[in-house]
Amino acid sequence: MCLGVPGRVVAVDGPVAHVDFWGVSRRILLDTVDEPVVPGDYVLTHVGYAIRRIPASEIGETLEFYDSLVREEQADLMSRDVKEELGAAQQS
Amino acid sequence: MKISVERQTQRLEFRDKQRAESLVACLAKICDSMAEPVSIMHVCGSHEQSIARFGLRSLLPSRLEVIMGPGCPVCVTDMPEIDSAVALAEQGIVVTTFGDMFRVPGSIKSLAEAKAQGAPVKVVFSPQQAVEVARQSSGQVVFFATGFETTAVATAAVVAGNPPENFSVLSAHKYIPPAMEIIAEMPHRRVKGFLAAGHAAIITGCKIFEDFVERHHIPVVIGGFEPLDILAALVMILELIRDGKSEVANAYPRCCTAEGNAQAQRLLWQVFETGDGVWRGIAHVPNGNLRLRTRYASFDAAIRFADKLAGLTCGVASGLAAECICGNIMTGIASPTDCRLFGKDCTPERPVGACMVSSEGACRIWHEYGGHLLAANEDK
Ligand code: SF4
Repeated sequence: MCLGVPGRVVAVDGPVAHVDFWGVSRRILLDTVDEPVVPGDYVLTHVGYAIRRIPASEIGETLEFYDSLVREEQADLMSRDVKEELGAAQQS
Repeated sequence: MKISVERQTQRLEFRDKQRAESLVACLAKICDSMAEPVSIMHVCGSHEQSIARFGLRSLLPSRLEVIMGPGCPVCVTDMPEIDSAVALAEQGIVVTTFGDMFRVPGSIKSLAEAKAQGAPVKVVFSPQQAVEVARQSSGQVVFFATGFETTAVATAAVVAGNPPENFSVLSAHKYIPPAMEIIAEMPHRRVKGFLAAGHAAIITGCKIFEDFVERHHIPVVIGGFEPLDILAALVMILELIRDGKSEVANAYPRCCTAEGNAQAQRLLWQVFETGDGVWRGIAHVPNGNLRLRTRYASFDAAIRFADKLAGLTCGVASGLAAECICGNIMTGIASPTDCRLFGKDCTPERPVGACMVSSEGACRIWHEYGGHLLAANEDK
């Protein structure tokens, strides 16, 4: 449940970011992140909130790991947890 | 012992195979240089998922044991807490909660069973969705909140964000550092080092463990969740143990900092304070629970519905549940496969204990991916 999921910030609209997760855009709340977030940044999100800004230059390793979970065809425990994280935020 | 497993451990394709090999070799070398076998405890369901899913235990030297501690917030939620949520739902109050909590048995029934009998229970993926349910409802809506500090931050944000008046929170949020104290203070403790959960530490910062390592003379290393992150963190812990250093080290610097996320901490402690409570099957944990501060009492379901919860008598575990050893598993004394019911009378479809329900529970994870024995036998 603490796994969280990273996504790429597409637009920032006050306290809300529109974040792309594997082609799906979702509304992520920014109240809980302590750095300014701009389009192009990545954010680690958990239950609909951003908890950490990750500069694009440092995201490579993290993304690859999540890629393998999200693209997993047969859902398993861990990939289901990631998908639940995606379900936590409203589509935008 | 034959273990029933839904799915075999995945063959691990390391992104950087060379690095993985050198980390594994490093672990073996350090273990060989030490006089005794070593046990390291992690305290996070996501760590266990990753370790089990990728069969990492099969790569570890035989003298290194990595065990899961109390890293499943749903699993440590005490029966009276679940009974309270069930009681509210059965009195017609809409209770929203995460899917993991939905099916955890209380002393008489789970929220899922209450729902099957007609009680208004809704599964949500986030506290924000619980607030949405309240906005669209004319009646009272309770969010039965579970999770460690990482998740409590989100609950804090909705409580601080002017939710509608018919919304309230029944908090079963837990705070992980005090539970590590309990483990560290256990007599005859085998655990020689802790792998701390990266995403809880994103919030609280690595520094929070500094007093702890000094008091208990035990190193703590913060680690991420990828297989390589975990191996790298284990190497760091072993080095600290070998050198007799009780220090905090950060093996997840791309996400964790010394100070943590100040904004999230502000929200967390603005809304919550720590309180004592029983962690199911483990112990009374001083400061282990997160409860709403007095200034947010108007959103505290335990206060708002005190009359409805008064006189609630909580039963004790009966029948098969009395045999559940989740508590011993979460304190590192036993493994899921030590439980007589594992995979037989207790399965994800018909769970007896909370550890078989939650996706972060050790029993659920070992049932899905195979546990220590299976992973080791397969690969060796
Ligand atoms: S297998 Fe079931 S009954 Fe046994 S410890 Fe795990 S959850 Fe409890």
